[in-house]
Amino acid sequence: MSVNSNVLGGNKLKKRASLTDTNLLLIITIAVFIVMYLCAVLFLKKGFTKPQMFFNILNENASLLVLSCGMTLVMITGGIDISVGQVTSLVCMTCAVYLQKVNDGVINGNVFTSVLIALGIGLAFGIVQGFLVAYLEFQPFIVTLAGLFFAKGMTTIVSSDRISVTFEPFVKLCRTEVNVPFLGSVNKKGIFVPAYVEVGVIVALAVVVLLFCLLKWTKLGRNFYAVGGNNQSANMLGIDVKLTKFLAHVLCGLCAGIGGYLFFLHACSGSPLHAQGAEMNAIASSIIGGTLLSGGVGNIAGTLFGVLSLSTIKNIVTSLGLEDAWWTNITVGVMLCVFLLIQSVILARKNNKK
Amino acid sequence: MTESATNNSKSSAKGILLKIVRNQLFIPLAALLLLVLFNLFTDPGFFDIVLKPSSTGSLILSGNLITIIDNASELVILAIGMTLVTSASGGQDISVGATIAIAGSTVLRIVKTQASDIPGGKFAGIIIISFLLCVVVSAAFGAFNGALVAFFKIQPMVATLILFTAGRSIAAWINNNDNISINDNRFGYFGNFIPGIPVPTPVFITVICLIVIAVVLKLTNLRLYSQSVGINASSSRLNGINPKMIKLLTFVILGVCVAVCGFIKVSRTSSITYSVIANNIEMDAILAVALGGNNLGGGKFNLTASVIGAYVIQFLTTTLYKFKEIDSSSISAYKAVVVILLIIISSPYIRKRFDDLKNKRLAAKAQANVGKEAN
Repeated sequence: MSVNSNVLGGNKLKKRASLTDTNLLLIITIAVFIVMYLCAVLFLKKGFTKPQMFFNILNENASLLVLSCGMTLVMITGGIDISVGQVTSLVCMTCAVYLQKVNDGVINGNVFTSVLIALGIGLAFGIVQGFLVAYLEFQPFIVTLAGLFFAKGMTTIVSSDRISVTFEPFVKLCRTEVNVPFLGSVNKKGIFVPAYVEVGVIVALAVVVLLFCLLKWTKLGRNFYAVGGNNQSANMLGIDVKLTKFLAHVLCGLCAGIGGYLFFLHACSGSPLHAQGAEMNAIASSIIGGTLLSGGVGNIAGTLFGVLSLSTIKNIVTSLGLEDAWWTNITVGVMLCVFLLIQSVILARKNNKK
Repeated sequence: MTESATNNSKSSAKGILLKIVRNQLFIPLAALLLLVLFNLFTDPGFFDIVLKPSSTGSLILSGNLITIIDNASELVILAIGMTLVTSASGGQDISVGATIAIAGSTVLRIVKTQASDIPGGKFAGIIIISFLLCVVVSAAFGAFNGALVAFFKIQPMVATLILFTAGRSIAAWINNNDNISINDNRFGYFGNFIPGIPVPTPVFITVICLIVIAVVLKLTNLRLYSQSVGINASSSRLNGINPKMIKLLTFVILGVCVAVCGFIKVSRTSSITYSVIANNIEMDAILAVALGGNNLGGGKFNLTASVIGAYVIQFLTTTLYKFKEIDSSSISAYKAVVVILLIIISSPYIRKRFDDLKNKRLAAKAQANVGKEAN
């Protein structure tokens, strides 16, 4: 009997320990972001004291935020999707070509249709890749690698030149600035300039909130964790593993479509060079945010702070005067390395407890 | 047993065919054959090889086939290392392109300091020193990746993501982001032609690498050890193998392969563009391993299949380039379609389905036979 109670006690302890570990990763990420930003405010000052600096980070990375959220979903189920960056590029290019044609009067259309096109492209990639990964049981890396190649080639097939959009309603949408209440700074002339965000940021934050709720409180969200944690036991619990994996990829594809359109909104143009390496930034943000690539562990809130940390460190490096592009990459690499080591230590501790 | 034996004797031709289809080498070889036939039909002159004087005046072999074998050199050398890493660690190294940039940058850093008119002996010495240094550097980066994978138990793809992000920047940093070009013709010998020898030098380097790895696999237990580590790390540890060291070793071997590739790459153009050199080569190398029918999750591997896979990828690229209407940057879309088709055909799932279908038909036949005998 005593053995039995011991086992039970052990189980309880383990559960609590693993929970704190997951939270620990999140807390580390948030702490790192806050410390980094405070250091920037205290020591760099150049613009970091203004609230607009923070919102500029959001403006520039709205697309990356959505891409990372989609990536987090797939990574929680234990997969990976490296095609998102090139899908973003493809979405930008297709929408740009479409809107320019509308502008030139070749075809009828409006901004809303271009949004549908973006979502359609994202969904198509998600469905095909999800089907291949979930139902035909291919390696996610290889399938999405082929997706990456395909999107990359399609982008240049659609158009190999850079296209700037001059379609009036769309440009208006691009330039729309939403003022943030109560925040702003006083400029040299002593006039109060309110801080602003672009439309894309609001959409991105809405996606973050939606996906956060999905993962936290819906059956599907909990299924993602179950499938990522242990395929077979999820199956035994009566979860449709294949469908869950499929849906994760579809959602990730949809996120790639949305993220692509947000990138398009920010850049106002289409180019084969858009969003180069965005998939690696998205994976890096998810990892920094505490998502384990082995699956089963992750958090959208963490991803949000992962994106913020990543982009803050990039901004800090640029404002330190190290303008040469290589310093940014090296710091991002070092940061990724540190976070991976922390994760690995935490995981090792967890395994030792077992 | 007896049933299958009689079956085999009855339709031995069928059995042999089945054996061939089941062989791991079948898919890459079939793909190669398909490409060869396709090219033969669309352009009979595709395989012509002519001996003609090059721009420097010496006789060289030229033709599509030579171009393919020449350009595939880096991919083949990488595929060797990638296969070993895949086998032992169950993941792939995505930083090879970036590490090639580092290796190439290291070589140029040494060679650029020398004047272009130094005597041959001294020049050879400098080349050897720069090559050795670049081997050491990229083996060290390989060891860094390997240590992350082996000792910190990070998945290979994520661990190598670090160098993937930072590698090209490190390469630029080594040379202060200068645009270097070496004026000495002799430096280009290793990536192009040595005067008097009509075959491109990278082909010889590839052959040497293949011989070295074949000898190593023959004489040491590397194959057995890396396979057993890939299949089950903890049980191989119980059998006295050190899985951590084996994983580290495979990454170091890949590092050495990368160094050779980097050396060839910079020698081809005698210059370096940090952001472009060996772009996307990691994807091609992984595809070569996958095309060879090796399990990307680790375990058993077949090096010959990977090498043939690498040649198939290069063959495909050259074939696609041949169509002039295809833009060089949109080539990847066509490549993706072909790759997806190849992977679908070679996937275990489809094969299982295929076998199931065959078994069903065989069972039906056997039943029919039984019915006949009863009658």
